[in-house]
Amino acid sequence: MDWMVWTLPSALFFTTIALILVGMTVWEVVQPSTFRRGLLPLKTTRGDRLFIALLSSAWFHLGWLGLTDQPVWYMTIFCVIWLAAVLRWG
Amino acid sequence: MNKVENNRAWFLVLPVLLLVAFSAVIPLMTVVNYSIQDILDPHTRFFVGDEWFREMLRDSQLQSALGRQLIFSFSVLAIQIPLGIAIALCMPTRGIWVAISLVLVALPLLVPWNVVGTIWQLFARGDIGLLGVTLNSIGIEYNYTRGSTAAWFTVLAMDVWHWTSLVVLLCYSGLRAIPDAYYQAARIDGASRIAVFRYIQLPRLAGVLTIAVLLRFMDSFMIYAEPFVLTGGGPGSSTTFLSQHLATMAIAQFDVSRAAAFSLIYFLIILAISWVFYTIITRATKD
Repeated sequence: MDWMVWTLPSALFFTTIALILVGMTVWEVVQPSTFRRGLLPLKTTRGDRLFIALLSSAWFHLGWLGLTDQPVWYMTIFCVIWLAAVLRWG
Repeated sequence: MNKVENNRAWFLVLPVLLLVAFSAVIPLMTVVNYSIQDILDPHTRFFVGDEWFREMLRDSQLQSALGRQLIFSFSVLAIQIPLGIAIALCMPTRGIWVAISLVLVALPLLVPWNVVGTIWQLFARGDIGLLGVTLNSIGIEYNYTRGSTAAWFTVLAMDVWHWTSLVVLLCYSGLRAIPDAYYQAARIDGASRIAVFRYIQLPRLAGVLTIAVLLRFMDSFMIYAEPFVLTGGGPGSSTTFLSQHLATMAIAQFDVSRAAAFSLIYFLIILAISWVFYTIITRATKD
């Protein structure tokens, strides 16, 4: 695995993503989700909302890095809350 | 009777999962690892965090390459989609000419990208190319190796020449799928040619047009070989698009860390645009 030049932050990042995916799969098997209409302007399933939240989080990070000089983890904390909010109310 | 649900067939997808992991996921993870480090050689690397992302996002060269890319992709759509519809409407519907015109229209699609670049490189030359000589002799100063506007329009014309055929073929198949009853009804109502187009042909083309827009946007957004052969990104950087900027950084300068940060930004742009298109298409077909 040395050729992949791992670092601790990126390993943590991918572990988190993998755990989220496994967790969502288990949740889906235990309790299948249905299409519903929340605050987002389209009908979504739980998986759709996860994807929307992750993609928008990536863009929020890019915006934060491009427009401010603040540490990146401020945005990361916001995005964790954002992720939960989109999954709950989106 | 209870219907038993069995999802075990999903295990048959495992080989594909392994293949995708090998060809896409693991390389992508490596790119992420590259993007947060400064890699000097295989044994010397430093963790730099978000530094490359900050640098790339504020890089004026990247911003202008992205701007050029967006203008180019939207110009491609603005020309090729209406032109493709118009040509498809003019094509014959029966007889020997159907086959002849279809083959003629499809020909540019069979030419490889780098050959298209070479064809246009010669065709547009001011001393020996038909286009260049003609333009210069009617008094228009045209030199695509020196003028950035000329280079820009040559790349655009080349893409129109190469890819309008795809839109034509898609629209032609869409038009042929309209049942004759619609036209008969229109004739009974005394509908004009414009009304037939607006209320019968255009709505019925919506499906193929979405696919055409999607394909043309994707292809033009990752255009590489044609401008690379024709202009090499010049003059200056007037025809340097995103992919070429990235390739120069990653391969010519071997600056893998910056290139990794850049390609992740590129990836996120494409992912966002594809998601928007995908959502529009699936919603349009559902309604």
